[in-house]
Amino acid sequence: MSVLAVADLHKSFGGVRAVSGVSFAVAPGEMLALIGPNGAGKSTCFNMLNGQLRPDGGRIALDGQDITGLAPRRVWRRGVGRTFQITATFASMTVRENVQVALLSHHRRIWRFWQPTSALFAAEADALLDQVGMEAQADRAAGVLAYGDLKRLELAVALANAPRLLLMDEPTAGMAPAERVALMQLTRDLTRRQHIAVLFTEHDMDVVFGVADRILVLNRGELIAEGDAAAIRADARVRAVYLGSGATSGGH
Amino acid sequence: MDFVLVQLLTGLAAASSLFLVASGLTVIFGVTRVVNFSHGSLYMLGAYIGWSLLTRLPREPEWFALGVVATALATGGIGVLLETTLLRRIYRAPELLQLLATFGVVLMVQDIVLKLWGPADLSLPRPRWLRSFVVIAGERVPFFDLVLIGIGPLVLLALWLLFTRTRWGTLVRAATQDRDMVAALGVDQRLLFTSVFALGAALAGMGGALALPDGSANLQMDLTVITDAFVVVVVGGLGSVAGAYLASLLIALLQAFGIVLLPKITLVLVFAVMAVVLVLRPNGLLGRPPAEARGEAHVLALIRPASRALRLLGAAALVAALLAPLLAGPFLLSVLTEMLVAVLFAASLHFMMGPGGMASFGHAAWFGLGAYGAAFAAKFLLLPMPAGLVAAPLAAGAAAALFGWFVVRLSGVYLAMLTLAFAQIVWAAMFQSVEITGGDNGILGVWPAAWAADPRVFYWLTLALCVAGTLLLRRMLYAPFGYALRAARDSALRAEAVGLDTTRIRLAAFTLAGTAAGLAGGLSAYSNGSVFPTYISIGRSVDALVMVLLGGVQTIAGPVVGALAYTGLFDALLLVTDLWRLVLGAAIVVLVLAFPQGIAGTVQRLWLRGREA
Repeated sequence: MSVLAVADLHKSFGGVRAVSGVSFAVAPGEMLALIGPNGAGKSTCFNMLNGQLRPDGGRIALDGQDITGLAPRRVWRRGVGRTFQITATFASMTVRENVQVALLSHHRRIWRFWQPTSALFAAEADALLDQVGMEAQADRAAGVLAYGDLKRLELAVALANAPRLLLMDEPTAGMAPAERVALMQLTRDLTRRQHIAVLFTEHDMDVVFGVADRILVLNRGELIAEGDAAAIRADARVRAVYLGSGATSGGH
Repeated sequence: MDFVLVQLLTGLAAASSLFLVASGLTVIFGVTRVVNFSHGSLYMLGAYIGWSLLTRLPREPEWFALGVVATALATGGIGVLLETTLLRRIYRAPELLQLLATFGVVLMVQDIVLKLWGPADLSLPRPRWLRSFVVIAGERVPFFDLVLIGIGPLVLLALWLLFTRTRWGTLVRAATQDRDMVAALGVDQRLLFTSVFALGAALAGMGGALALPDGSANLQMDLTVITDAFVVVVVGGLGSVAGAYLASLLIALLQAFGIVLLPKITLVLVFAVMAVVLVLRPNGLLGRPPAEARGEAHVLALIRPASRALRLLGAAALVAALLAPLLAGPFLLSVLTEMLVAVLFAASLHFMMGPGGMASFGHAAWFGLGAYGAAFAAKFLLLPMPAGLVAAPLAAGAAAALFGWFVVRLSGVYLAMLTLAFAQIVWAAMFQSVEITGGDNGILGVWPAAWAADPRVFYWLTLALCVAGTLLLRRMLYAPFGYALRAARDSALRAEAVGLDTTRIRLAAFTLAGTAAGLAGGLSAYSNGSVFPTYISIGRSVDALVMVLLGGVQTIAGPVVGALAYTGLFDALLLVTDLWRLVLGAAIVVLVLAFPQGIAGTVQRLWLRGREA
């Protein structure tokens, strides 16, 4: 059975139909890319999946259970990790503490007022940081990290609740080209080993064609193509969206 | 019907006066993002300068108008001085430190005005034209009220023309929306900010001068007017001039009709309206969500366990505090008791303000409710002191949980203003329920139990409770809850995305802070033997803010250092000079300029630099 099943999702802002009739599914361990030009509705789609936006219509099911319209923190409790286009971390904490907070929340230990945090889940946090290659920076402040390291920290945080699904919005935005593929390769290795499904949006086609098992193409809020890298490359509608049709570009 | 008309006209006249002050405040905030606490001082200066000019000028209306304009120009000039010497240096400082610095100015201006004009209220001789009436629908309406009613819309119109029809106004509007973009486009920010500040100061000064015919120049008017102006600006929406006018009308009419229909609860009514507006429209009536200022993200300090040296220092201080009664006389002992109470009070505000990111302008509410809780327990329930000291934090905590439900939904300046509103409601409730609280006369005879009647024993009891309370708060900050609280402050987005219920966490912190402040208030009640509405005054809330900011928000030792420094400085100054406000205000301004991270924050930075170098 698929981890995530999205059926007929709709969202409008004023008169603009940002997402219209989008349906797809993600299988366990699968890496699915959601691509499309700017304004295609990728981020809107994403924000509905993790609960930041409430859909106007449609259904989102995680492991067969309806999660449509649940708040982000409830979606997370059901086993969905999330990274953001612009990284969101706790700047006043160390790298390790960032992961510890996620672990404390996962194990429902937040409402403790006495025991010092430093000893709680430190080993687990270090293990997660080790997975993303950040163990050497565990004691640094998150506020002073380089951008690529912040992205890896976010990945470790997103993995802290042993998710079934990882949502990554533009995971490589703002990174150097060489770093981008490395981060997504790392993500693929980690998630495949743990059978975590990944849904990500991405602008860099090298990254998309390099790591995605399957690709969805969104344009003006609607799905226009779906398939593996070869199929998407060959799709005439996708070419038209990304390159413009021969008629308008002059066809030289 | 006549009654409605008269109150309507009175309300409209009051609205104009309010608008003059509030429009200046909102324009200054819109462009510079500085919440200018000293705006009330400019208003007060306007009143005094206006008095000096108008009493020397001929009494004719045209000379009066000239005098008011001259006053506006003079306060505008003072505004330029203030902006170029102080505010310009702190535009990039954290919002709250700006507030602290402008509060320092408030203190300084109070003493300067006292020195120059003396303590007496100064009112204007009223020539015939000022005393004249116009008969409208059979009612005698003061002529000057009609003048005021006209001035409000005229100023609104003038500001509107200024902002829409001139290049300068376009720049001001652009800067209000996005000042970094305006700077990037090559506009001279310094000139723009200085001129905006001058305009705001001139409007405040004009408001002060125009308040003279119906009132007087007095030393209380700065804080009175700033509270009203804050309410108006927040209800109208920060930075919105039209919103300020709407809110002025709303508040002034509410006051005009309330004072006749519901005299007991007028003040509560005003702040209740503000609370309702903020809950329904968190950015005020016409306000927009503030654009995030770019490039100003302050690197937040990590919270590390206290170093060995700091622990030793703390232990030494504690031993000294324990032994103090053996050496200190009764006066010094009572000062020390107050200092201990101040430490817990400051620590409780720091708890929600530093790690919680919720700055409160009304923290005295919980202190006062604790004090009144203890007094009620002693006077009406005839409970012994230990029960009173349990009732104090419980009463304050319960009220904090109730009010907190509204407050934690907001953030930044709006949150601070709502806490101020609640503090004013509590103050009004205690002040006006004369049958129960004795009103201004307070509740007397709240004495400690016989076993603690010896000042030394009571001191030790206070020491135990305040140190335990402060350490408990500190412990919570190192526990998972403290981390969750900081997580909600650092990034609410990320906190919710890892399953944290940020609203509940903030509410819990708010309640805990209120509870601890309540204990401080209860101890203060028994220490002084009495409780007065001043326990809930704005001044006391500001004391707490100053202590926390002085010590440094980012460090856990900060509030302790700040409380000791502030109360110590305060008591020392009272002994050596009658110009203590001037000295304290100047000290605060200098401290903000020299130590933008607070005393403890700066010491920590120097200490760490020494270590890592």
